[in-house]
Amino acid sequence: MSTTPTGVIGEFTDVNVIMQVAEKLRDAGFRKWDIYTPYPVHGLDKAMGIKRSILTYISFAGLCGGLTTALGLQFWTGAVDYKLNIGGKGFFDWQFSMPIDFELSILGTALFTVFGMFHLVRIPTWYNRYQDDASFQKATDDTFVVTIDADDDRFSATETPALLAGLGAQNVHLVHTSVE
Amino acid sequence: MTVVQEHERLQATALGEEPIREELVLGNPSMRDVTARIASIVESKITTKYLATLAITGAMAAWGLFALYYTITTGIGVWGLNNPIGWGWDITNFVFWIGIGHAGTLISAILFLFRQKWRTAINRSAEAMTIFAVVCALTMVLSHTGRPWLFYWLLPYPNQMNMWVNFRSPLMWDVFAVNTYFTVSALFWFVGLIPDLATLRNYVKSEVAKKVYGVLSLGWTGSTRAWHHYEIAYMILAGISTPLVLSVHSVVSFDFTVGVLPGWHTTIFPPYFVAGAIFSGFAMVLTLLVITREVLDLKQFITLKHFENMNKIMLATGMMVGYAYILEFFIAWYSGSDWERWIFVNRAFGDYAWAYWTMFTCNVVSPQVFWFKKARRNIPLMFVISIFVNIGMWFERFTIIATTLHHDFLPASWGYYSPTWVEISIFIGTFGIFLSLFLLFAKFVPVIAIAEIKSIMPGAQPSHHHHDGHGSH
Repeated sequence: MSTTPTGVIGEFTDVNVIMQVAEKLRDAGFRKWDIYTPYPVHGLDKAMGIKRSILTYISFAGLCGGLTTALGLQFWTGAVDYKLNIGGKGFFDWQFSMPIDFELSILGTALFTVFGMFHLVRIPTWYNRYQDDASFQKATDDTFVVTIDADDDRFSATETPALLAGLGAQNVHLVHTSVE
Repeated sequence: MTVVQEHERLQATALGEEPIREELVLGNPSMRDVTARIASIVESKITTKYLATLAITGAMAAWGLFALYYTITTGIGVWGLNNPIGWGWDITNFVFWIGIGHAGTLISAILFLFRQKWRTAINRSAEAMTIFAVVCALTMVLSHTGRPWLFYWLLPYPNQMNMWVNFRSPLMWDVFAVNTYFTVSALFWFVGLIPDLATLRNYVKSEVAKKVYGVLSLGWTGSTRAWHHYEIAYMILAGISTPLVLSVHSVVSFDFTVGVLPGWHTTIFPPYFVAGAIFSGFAMVLTLLVITREVLDLKQFITLKHFENMNKIMLATGMMVGYAYILEFFIAWYSGSDWERWIFVNRAFGDYAWAYWTMFTCNVVSPQVFWFKKARRNIPLMFVISIFVNIGMWFERFTIIATTLHHDFLPASWGYYSPTWVEISIFIGTFGIFLSLFLLFAKFVPVIAIAEIKSIMPGAQPSHHHHDGHGSH
């Protein structure tokens, strides 16, 4: 095992405490840190100073893409490429195009939202430097887990664990990962 | 609305704001209890009883697939369809299954937007039912095309004839609506599952299970930076699924209304079909949840309060379809069209009167007991009523299809339609597919949304909202 730690972990159980911890660590100027929670805690992202997600713009792009595809497809196939007279109906009318416009807009939004979210969240990624740590795994059960990475400029192998313990963290320990 | 306010609104809405009322999670469990309880279902040994049930539903599915194989290799002449009745059990079953699929999205999307906290215990299983029901619906609609191996003819693709599909046809709209619905429902379901799969990955003991859940959870860690995007994604999916669920059955009803046949060509169809779909969907969810709750012992999470709320929705939507049944008669009379009037009299008193009154009794009369609180909280009674509604809603679609087709404009061509053993077998088969998939789901996938239940438990959310950017309003 290497002697240089890759990060430090601390556990919290009280949701009100974790909110304050988030604000303090944010104000302390850490950049490569995170809080892992078993469920979304309202306001915690703001307390951590996370910027607003750009996902809504990605979703909107999906909507525009879906709608344009639907309109373009129906217009080009029906009114440009092969004009087929069916019962004297128009080759293209916005009225009859509505159902498919609607469905493809929804489909485009859904696909962009989900895969956009995957991209922003960086999944799938089947590796995490803390993954084998027992404390870290509690984050999907009932514990709020704070991690601060060793590559953060303000990280110190002695002071950062002390800082976490001072904030009330339980089971504070350095994590050594051989693969990185 | 500023960006910050908008963001706060999204956050407040996502996954509920205040703790749920006492009644929705019984026994005051800790978060670890919740994880352990749901994970124990996945970890428990596969029992003989489970295998026996799966064998029965699997046999039903196999029998249906055999009948399907026979149909495909021989032709749909083996069905009871004739001239003038070109649609029979095939389309009845298609509409029936698509309708059942509506409750899942209603529960997961519409109740989410309305912040109905009770949805958290039942949304996962209802969404699963949606997907399985749409699979059954696709089976029906593909087989009714006669040559399902040419299904890609329904898609707009460049081909040697330089021909395109006809976008002016409601059948084409249906292709897009149903496929979009299937895709979006599946995505919505999977996105909801990711955190719970990660919970299982970290919880289960078996190495194989750890690997499988590990791969499926895509490496989810529960990072706040991830939840931040995740919640917005979930919110958007709920927002777009709401109009989607309303559109799908509307488009299905266009298959009928855009035609000019008496009994089909009415403007009431889209809302009437949507109400009926939600009605039948809730009935099916109730039927299966009553059993699931008993077998998996989920009484702690799926309570009488949940059932009572579902029964209220069934009462409301049952009244809506009842209103539509009666209004259709008024409009038929008011239209002044002899054909229209005649077809409705024929619907209630003609050759298919037995089907009509079965429908009416099951759908309109039977849910009336839910006016009484005692009935809404009586599990054996609601189980029976939910089955009545399932039957009634099947007959609704059958009545609409058969009564309009069997007596068309030319009396010389009037006919009567009865299904053959092949159609009956395929219908049984779709139940087999549906139930088998549900059984597999109930055993291997977290049947309750673990992360969502935790997020609304008492004490799960910060009791004060003091942090930067909040003070201004």
